[in-house]
Amino acid sequence: MRKGLSEKKLAFILIIPAIIIIFAIVIYPLINALYQSFFDYNLAFPHLRDFYGLGNYIDVLKNGYFWQSLLNTVYFTVFSIGLELLLGFIVALVLNQEFIGKWLVRTLIIIPWAVPPVVNATVWKWIANSEYGSLNSILYTLGIIKKYRVWLSDPFWSMMLVIIADVWKYTPLVAIMFLAALQTIPDDLYEAAKIDGANPLRRIISITIPLIKPTIIVVLILRTFEAFKVFDLIFVMTRGGPAFKTTVISYFTYLETFSQLNVGRGSAIAYIIVFFMSLLSYLYIRSLKNTDNY
Amino acid sequence: MNRIKIIIITVLVLVFTAGIILSSSCAGAAGEEAAGEEPAEEAAGGAVTLTSLFMSQAGYSEEDVRNITDEFMEANPDIKVDLTFVAYENLHDKIVTSLSSGAGGYDTILIDTVWPAEFASAGFLLDITDKVTSEMQEDIWPAALKAVVWEDRIVGMPWLNDVEYFYYNEKMLKEAGFDNPPATWSELKEQGEVLIEKGIVEHPFIDEWAQEEALTAQYTQYLYAFGGEFFDEDLNPLFNQGGGLEALEFMAENMQSGIINPASTESAWEACRNVFSQGNAAFCVNFTYMWGLANDPDESTVAGDVKLGLMPGEVVESATLNGGMGMGISSKTKYPDEAWKYVEYLSSKDVQKRYAKNALPIWKSLFDDPEVIETQPELVNMSKEQYAYIVNRPIVPWYSDLSRAFQIEIHNAVLGQKTPQQALDDVATVARDLKEKYSE
Repeated sequence: MRKGLSEKKLAFILIIPAIIIIFAIVIYPLINALYQSFFDYNLAFPHLRDFYGLGNYIDVLKNGYFWQSLLNTVYFTVFSIGLELLLGFIVALVLNQEFIGKWLVRTLIIIPWAVPPVVNATVWKWIANSEYGSLNSILYTLGIIKKYRVWLSDPFWSMMLVIIADVWKYTPLVAIMFLAALQTIPDDLYEAAKIDGANPLRRIISITIPLIKPTIIVVLILRTFEAFKVFDLIFVMTRGGPAFKTTVISYFTYLETFSQLNVGRGSAIAYIIVFFMSLLSYLYIRSLKNTDNY
Repeated sequence: MNRIKIIIITVLVLVFTAGIILSSSCAGAAGEEAAGEEPAEEAAGGAVTLTSLFMSQAGYSEEDVRNITDEFMEANPDIKVDLTFVAYENLHDKIVTSLSSGAGGYDTILIDTVWPAEFASAGFLLDITDKVTSEMQEDIWPAALKAVVWEDRIVGMPWLNDVEYFYYNEKMLKEAGFDNPPATWSELKEQGEVLIEKGIVEHPFIDEWAQEEALTAQYTQYLYAFGGEFFDEDLNPLFNQGGGLEALEFMAENMQSGIINPASTESAWEACRNVFSQGNAAFCVNFTYMWGLANDPDESTVAGDVKLGLMPGEVVESATLNGGMGMGISSKTKYPDEAWKYVEYLSSKDVQKRYAKNALPIWKSLFDDPEVIETQPELVNMSKEQYAYIVNRPIVPWYSDLSRAFQIEIHNAVLGQKTPQQALDDVATVARDLKEKYSE
């Protein structure tokens, strides 16, 4: 007589807890942040809280520091991802070959990725330290530099070192993803190309790259978002210095919100970032649509 | 096709997550704090647990604070105190995130001279004006008291009485043919040139110029030494002219010429202490705590050669930074009486006398106490002279914004990205905007 719940109802009941949690910790803060971004609200001056319309957005877009931090972010993103894709691709190609101890190398290569981000940042901060860092000591011993340099206070090198730290950590991830894609390419394609007289470089350009293009784009999207949000590296290694040269957009948002307590403006910046990211993802999706299918 | 769908979904999820992380990290940060420092369930009936936030550098060492707290808990078995230590440069943000989260945060917090304005106007701190009696106030060094006062209200108990001192390596100076430490910054430059010429030290002076609060603090000393002022009475910027400008020009010029160690721009107090203690600098400016450490053979290769001088002046005799700090009580605490008891104990004459090695007492009367003098006679004597030249960072509610602008622009100037004039003009623009914004 007893009839069980219909499948639909059961499913609904089962996902209710998840929905409640998502609303509480995702949707609500998201909407609340949007709401706050329309107010001139500084936690240090709660009594001055006032509706400000789009004022926060206008203030931010007129702020020179905001644009510089955005530029810094783009610089970081382009360089680190470019290097990661290039190095990751090369490493994947090597790992795709047959050689003794391949399993060992494949395991070892993943280690940097397994290191917690803050640890990675601290390690690189120490490596780059001007007094006791190994970077100075190695370059000096090799005779590449004449005297110890202050890497993390150099307007150019500070950003480069942050990029290197990021590349060191995320190249393995990229390499493993590429490796997975490479293994789906059938060997007979290469054999056929070989018979047709294509050299190794030609084979990579004409077979490998087109066939792993979807993976390249997935990696690109993943890494772009991650790089755009980079925070831990900056917070630990440079705190945005020297002379603002490594202040990326997420660190800028943090400063605005938590150091200056400017909740309204901080939320506005966060939403501006969301806008930029949506734009980026739109562009990526479009470029994906133009991909030929094999 | 399926693949495209998956990717589109992934992207949407990513955009979503990005938004959440960036826009609502407020909730995240607050959540973490709460998770980390959940007070332990009260063991015995009626026992109270206080959470207390300190810094782990300069002034009293972490060990000192733990010992003092253990003494306090022994004397007050019904009060338990949980301690948290963070680096000075993280202290401000830590306080702000925990006290503004609504979750309560810490019961007592360590506050620096420049924060009472901001914290008190945000309502973070308990007004304890009636607890600090006028008798107490008379015996406390004015600079230490100033660190906890905002609009005639006392919002914290003075605890750490500190100023910066000028440390020099006597052996190096003798070698270079100088009998006295530099009395002015120009003299420091002259001595530095000889030190470099004779190959005694590569970069004679290391200073705290990392792009953080330290930089604004150090600039304050140069500014006043060169006879500058931050603002006029109506808070109009004055630092981009006269003494303020000359100060920055001095900093930039000596950075370019190598008198000042290029590592300064990534160094705060501990880093400078290390360089000086390794014998890689002839001059260093630092707080009281370095005196003991720089003369400790386990910590320093130049122990015995380290001497104290009056902070150099230029237009004025000398200028040193008010590094006084106080213990504030959170306005959200559930145990204001117990918190006061703890804070009072930390600052009590008995404690301050016994732990005078890393930070001198806030009480004037203790400076004539033979036991206090005995801990480090040279420093105590120098402090009496140095206290006449204490200067303060600007005390305005929008100090954090202002300080950030100073940090960025001073870096721009000393790293040769902008001229000192341009850099300070840019700070002045920021200052004018801030003043206008918060003038209501």
